Amino acid sequence: MDIVVCIKQVPDTTEVKINPETNTLIREGVPTIINPFDENAVEEALRLKEKYGGKVTIITMGPPQAVEALKQCIAMGADEVFLVSDRAFAGSDTWATSYTLARTIQKIKKFDLILCGKQAIDGDTAQVGPGIAEWLNIPQVTFAVKVEVDGIKARVERLLEEVNEVAEVPLPCVLTVVKQINEPRVPSLKGMMRAKKAEIKTLSAQDIGADQTITGLKGSPTRVVKIFAPPAKGMGEMLSGSTDEAVSNLVSKLRERKII
Amino acid sequence: MDLRKEPNEAPNWKGIFVFAEQREGQIQNVAYELLSEAKKLAADLSCGVAAVLCGGEEIEKQAGSLFDYGADQVYLVAHPELKSYRTAPYTRALTELVNKYKPEIFLIGATTIGRDLAARLAIRVNCGLTADCTGLAIDPDKKILRQTRPAFGGNIMATIISPNHRPQMATVRPKVFRKSKVTSRKSEVIKFNPVIKEEDLMVNILQIVKDESVKVNLQEAEIIVSGGRGIGDPKNYKIIEELAQVLNGAVGASRATVDAGWISAHHQVGQTGKTVAPKLYIACGIAGKIQHLVGMQGSDTIVAINRDPDAPIFKVATYGIVGDCLEVVPALTRKIRELRA
Repeated sequence: MDIVVCIKQVPDTTEVKINPETNTLIREGVPTIINPFDENAVEEALRLKEKYGGKVTIITMGPPQAVEALKQCIAMGADEVFLVSDRAFAGSDTWATSYTLARTIQKIKKFDLILCGKQAIDGDTAQVGPGIAEWLNIPQVTFAVKVEVDGIKARVERLLEEVNEVAEVPLPCVLTVVKQINEPRVPSLKGMMRAKKAEIKTLSAQDIGADQTITGLKGSPTRVVKIFAPPAKGMGEMLSGSTDEAVSNLVSKLRERKII
Repeated sequence: MDLRKEPNEAPNWKGIFVFAEQREGQIQNVAYELLSEAKKLAADLSCGVAAVLCGGEEIEKQAGSLFDYGADQVYLVAHPELKSYRTAPYTRALTELVNKYKPEIFLIGATTIGRDLAARLAIRVNCGLTADCTGLAIDPDKKILRQTRPAFGGNIMATIISPNHRPQMATVRPKVFRKSKVTSRKSEVIKFNPVIKEEDLMVNILQIVKDESVKVNLQEAEIIVSGGRGIGDPKNYKIIEELAQVLNGAVGASRATVDAGWISAHHQVGQTGKTVAPKLYIACGIAGKIQHLVGMQGSDTIVAINRDPDAPIFKVATYGIVGDCLEVVPALTRKIRELRA
């Protein structure tokens, strides 16, 4: 089974701050990681390969330093990795990103299954996985928490708001996975050695035959026109005293507000 | 992979569509919340608001309530294959509807259904899509939709526009906007019959697995009691459940406890869980990382109980108690029980 996993290198979000004077993101010195949900997708691909055989290919669209994320995937056990990188892709929104990734997948190989994390923790859109499925005109099953493959079909359990839903979907398809699906492995020493020596193939806009009128900022329907820090909230009232005093005080406050 | 056409030219696109999500024939509250917000936007655009209701043949009788929250029209999209949500038939039906009626704005709830649908629909109809908006406004000069949303885990806010593509599509989480009833003016139901194709029916739903630990729906609850790492042990969720029970509320959880396997993910509040905005949110032993705060800071009253006086949760709390949850929470439960006795 040929599995393609799309990953994204993201800043460790809690560390991202905004410069209040320039209203721009402070990116210097911010550590980067593989988007955690994408790590789950890589892990799931490796497990499916171990169970059913096949090959795991990882692709990422990003700047040259995203090779680090790809190397980590090799260390985990991925067979082949591609960096999709070109100035023509800069400023892509989810629409243009999903086009570029779909175009890449179509160009590089045949596939049975495409896995993505349910969303990236920087943008939090959850739009790229379904976008890829749409561009490739194949089915999608989002929020997967359990995946079983039976020849030409996958049986996928989805984590929804109040319930889980079990869906059956023919291959090839796109699945996006949630964190609860697995615990990503720690790379082995052997894997890390392999990653160190690995040569990472880079694909340009021309390599994937992208229509450059619909890539990058130019091809993106949306524009970010303003970024700003969220308004700070005022400190509330601290209720002190013994547990009994504090609790009594709280209960009368809540009664005054007619909440209880 | 077909190449895309030119952007849909703005001048021909008018009006606001709201996707009226239904589950098992019940219209979800997020639809009413979005209609209420759409009504305000429509005033700035001098246009109408239409609800789009997809479902099986019997869904028609649900349409009436949509007028009570600001719909001027309801597009009724009834088809046996639209009874329960599935990506492909819904995408097919809504693409046809959008291309025929050309709304300039299309709002969709950021539920698992809405996010699954909108992401696919936006590519097919060739428009921009902004996820999880927390603020919507009409630019007074350009008359376009300004969509504000948190990014980077809530550390920054971004305002996004779709200058040239129509519709301007956005998803909004449940409980971000308040629903408010209006006196309905028109009540026009427009029936739209989509052509669902064989290729749209490739995914089958085999089973729905209920989570017995969900006793009260988190997003509908007026009171939520949430437990975090500070409760110390998974078995201490009992004290959280007891307080929730006496208050008739739902049980919430922080990501840390869900990740640790203390409680099922259906209870998780926050950036990767649910956004809630109850009348009362009681955070017990939750430190209050920004990812949690973005999911609950819209609550009317927030009570924080934490041993650490510097915990960030106190910065958003209406009332704070510094103390051990294992003492404070049972004391609170007792006190309320006495009151009710």
